[in-house]
Formats: sequence, structure tokens, C-alpha cells
Amino acid sequence: MSVSTRSAERASRWQFAASWPTRVGLAGIVVILVIAFFGPFASPHSPSEIVGPPFRGVGWETPLGTDHLGRDVLSRVLWGGRSLIGLAVAATAAAYLIGIPIGLVAGYSRSYADPILMRTMDVLLAFPPLLFLLVLVTGTGPGSVALIAGAALVNLPGTARIVRAATIEVSVRGYVEAAVARGERMPSVLGREIVPNITGPLLADVGVRLTLSILLIAAVTFLGLGPPPPAANWALMINENRAGITIQPWVIVVPALLIAILTIAVNLVADAVARSRGISIVEPQ
Amino acid sequence: MTRYLFRRIGAGILTLWVVSILIFIGTEVVPGDVATAILGRSATPEALETVRERLELDRPAAERYWGWFTGAIQGDLGESSAQTLASGRGAPMWPLISGRLENSAILAVATMILLIPLGLGLGILAAIHAGRRLDHGISAGSLSAMSLPEFVTGALLILVFSVWLDLLPGVSLLSSGTSPLGRPEILVLPVITLLLVSLAHTIRMIRAGMIEVLDSQYIEMARLSGHPEHRIVRRHALRNALAPTVMVIALTVQWLVGGIIVTEVVFGYPGLGQAMVQSVESRDVGFVQSVAMLIATIYVALNIIADLLVVFLIPKLRTAP
Repeated sequence: MSVSTRSAERASRWQFAASWPTRVGLAGIVVILVIAFFGPFASPHSPSEIVGPPFRGVGWETPLGTDHLGRDVLSRVLWGGRSLIGLAVAATAAAYLIGIPIGLVAGYSRSYADPILMRTMDVLLAFPPLLFLLVLVTGTGPGSVALIAGAALVNLPGTARIVRAATIEVSVRGYVEAAVARGERMPSVLGREIVPNITGPLLADVGVRLTLSILLIAAVTFLGLGPPPPAANWALMINENRAGITIQPWVIVVPALLIAILTIAVNLVADAVARSRGISIVEPQ
Repeated sequence: MTRYLFRRIGAGILTLWVVSILIFIGTEVVPGDVATAILGRSATPEALETVRERLELDRPAAERYWGWFTGAIQGDLGESSAQTLASGRGAPMWPLISGRLENSAILAVATMILLIPLGLGLGILAAIHAGRRLDHGISAGSLSAMSLPEFVTGALLILVFSVWLDLLPGVSLLSSGTSPLGRPEILVLPVITLLLVSLAHTIRMIRAGMIEVLDSQYIEMARLSGHPEHRIVRRHALRNALAPTVMVIALTVQWLVGGIIVTEVVFGYPGLGQAMVQSVESRDVGFVQSVAMLIATIYVALNIIADLLVVFLIPKLRTAP
């Protein structure tokens, strides 16, 4: 491949970032990531320290007031993004870690393994995602591990299916057949010939999976079935402080807006990336 | 058609059977002891033993699954373990569920009644104006709305319409035995919350389907024949966009199931979703299993009905396998 086509390809890869909704989305993601990951260093108090009476209004010492236990809202907001984003990224990564091998084997083997694997994936789709997580949490008890495992399993059919479709498309290409003809074994064909050539469709799909993971994990955390209470978490803050919504609205408004910015921004970018590859974000795959 | 019907129902039953195994594995076989979860870590070994015996946790998992499964098939949903332990007597499941199921159904039906005309209207409007300002507005709005979790829209709606404007009740509490239909004002904010998310999905899918139809050759033919555009949309495009619409509505039910659970908790609405969350908190395994199975059954049944409707609406599919 000559240098000029490679740079042209790189340019087309960033084509999706040209429209203004995508730029807004990218900016939103950066803002949220900065708050979530550098916020704790700027936090005026400890997120679990009681600094005043419950639901105190906006003031010098507590710029966003206090929450239902008298903890500083600003500090909790600055600490509360990490777990939400961390869990969603972990769940998405886990979905790919399991989904890629399943999709590769199902797409490449063209044997009984394909229908068995894909029908198993279909069963997972017969469950409304949130219900699936609730059932899982009933068994394991609330906690991060159950959340990651559950959200990963919900995303698994989608990732496996996309990898399978891309693998089927690539596996009839000449370079794959050449590798098979030279006598390379299946793991080597999959790892060296197929995987590097299906990254495009996979990348287009990551945003969609991440959006789903964030929404699911935020919902379960809001329901009080995620990481347990003393930890600061935007979704949990909204639930914890509902009683004070009339006297101290900031404790609800700020986390709600931050979650809104996060989910809208990720969705805007995911939509643009998916559309640049000709995939619609809402159509079932 | 009849063969298709039976095959589809057969596949649905098979799916539900596998789902029942998954529910059982998810709630009981994964690590974690239900007795400890119910009584807490400070419980005495004797108390734990009593609970295990009462809930028959000492029997092997396969045996317990079979007992639950055969019971559920015969319509016996079993007993709520938390309620049974609290009252000391057996607490059958159905009376605990039926009232809440009705409340949730009212919420879902009210949402669907508004969703279908609004989704169709706005989706078609966006498709007709595809690429123009109105379309961009509708598309950007729906993308934002569908990105927001229900608890965020719900909390913001409560803040604006209940706390600041004082127009509508922010909590939808009901005394037991009364129907939400007697106090329709408590339904308004939950329904709007559910609508915002599901409407966004519906609009986007109907828009995509409609654009595809409007791009087809027979529409071009109709245009070239000089038919007015509104007539083309109404008589030619709409009918062919109808089948995807049914699928869209079936898919929306999927989002509604998750949405209703969260929305009921946000507004304190006494429906099945709220009961489900409470029983997950108290590790009421029997209740969770039954409600999960019930929701999965409704869900699979709705999907089958949608599939059949589509086949009914598109003659071409009737002969295909």
C-alpha cells in the first residue's frame, strides 16, 4: 500500500468527526472523562465525610450543598463518575473478549459449531436486558462483578453476531485461502489473517455496545443494586436524595445532567461512527 | 400459514423452556447463599438451617428446578419466600402479583396508545422531509431522548412539573386496592417518561423504513405518473411501511419492559417492576423467578403475535418458508 492511499484511508477514518453533532459529542465525552478521572484530585472534601446538616443549600463551604447525610455534593459529584464509566468499559471489553472467539469460530468453522453457538446467543436475546441483570443480581447479590458479567452477557449476542458476519465475509478472500493452502492451522489463520481484517466493522460497533452498557449499568445502579451505598455514584445519588428534591434540587440536577451529557455524547459519536460505516444505530442486528 | 404458526409457537415454547433454566441458574445456582442473604451475616447457624429447610434449599438444584418448573406449567407460581418467612404461613404468589400486573399493564397500554400515532406521525414527517431542517430537528431530538436513562428524564420531569411548576404529582403512590384509572393525574409523568425514550426509538426506525420505501421504484413510478405527493405517501408508501412498523412496535415493547421497571421505581408507582426490584433487594428468589418467567412469557408471546401480524400483512411472506 503506498503512502498516499494510507493517508487517504486515515483521513476517511476520521471523516465521521466532520459534522457538528459529532464534534459536540466528542467534546462532551472529553468533559465527562476529565471530571470523572481528574475530579477526585480537585475534590474539596472526602466523598464520605459529613460536613454539615442534611440537604443544606448552596454556600461557600459546600458549593453545591449537602446530600441526605450531610456530605458535600460537589465532592461526591467529582468522585461519582469513575465507577459508572469504569464498569461500562469493563463490561464492553468483556463482551468483546468472549464475543470475538465465539463469532470467529462460528463464522469460520462452517460446521455444527455455528448453529449451536448462534442459537445459544439467540436465547440471550429472548430476555429484556434489565430483567436479565435483575435475575442475575438476585443470585449473586448486588455488586460490581455481577454488573460487569450481566452487561457483558447482554452485549454478547450482538458482538458475536457482528464478528461472525465479518468473518464469513473475509474468510472467502484470496489471502485467507492462500494461508489455508500453505497449511496454516486454524488459530493462526484466525489470528493473523482474519482478525486484522475485521477491525473496521468491530470499531463501528463499539460505541453502540458502550451506550447500551452505560444505560444498563446506570439503571441497575440507580435501582440500588450496583456498587453498595457509601461509594459515590451519579446514578445512585439521584436515588438516594429523592426525598430532598424540593429543598435541595442541585443534588439531583447535577448528577442527572452529567449522566445526560455522558449518554448523549457517547450516542452522538457512536451514531456518527456507525453511519460512516453504513450501519444504523437503532436497527436490530 | 398454519404450519408457520405452529412452528413459531413451538420455537417460542422451546425458548421459554431454556429461559426458565437460565432464570433458575441465575437466581439459585450461582454462588451466594439465599438464606444468609435473607437473614443477614449475623444469623445463627440454627436460624439459617431453619430457613434452608423452610425454602427446601437442601434439595439438589435439579430437583428444585423440576418442582418449580412443573408447578409453573400448571399455573402454580409457588410461594414468595420473604412473605412466607415474615408471616410464618405459606404466601401464594398470584394474589401478590395480580394487582401489580394490572397497574403495570395500565401504564404500558397508556404509553402504547400515545406511542403508536405519535411515532408514526413524527417518523413519517421526518422521512418526507429527509435531509431538511425539520428532519434534522426530529432526528437530533430523538437521538438525545433515547440516550437518556428513564431515571434521568423522570427526575428532571419531577423537578420541572412537580417541584417548580407544581402542576402534577411527583410521586404516584396508590393506596392498596385502588386503581390508577381513578386518579389519572398520577399516570401523566410516568407515561411521558416512558414515551420520551420509546418514542425516540420508534421515530428513528419508522423514518428509516419510510425513507427506504419512498426510494423504491414503484414510488418513483407513481411520482412519474403525476400523482400528488400526499396521495403517494398515503396510498402507496404507508401501506408498505406498515409491516416494519409492527416489528418496530414489538421491539419497543422490549425497551418498555426495562423502562417500566425503572420508571415505576422513580415515581413509586405500585406496579410489577417496583415489586420485582424490592424482591431482588430482599433476595426473594421465588418471587423473582415467577415474575421474571411471567415477563419473559409475555415478551415471547408479543414477539410471536408481531411476527404473525407481519406475515398477515405481507402476502409475499406467506408462501416463503
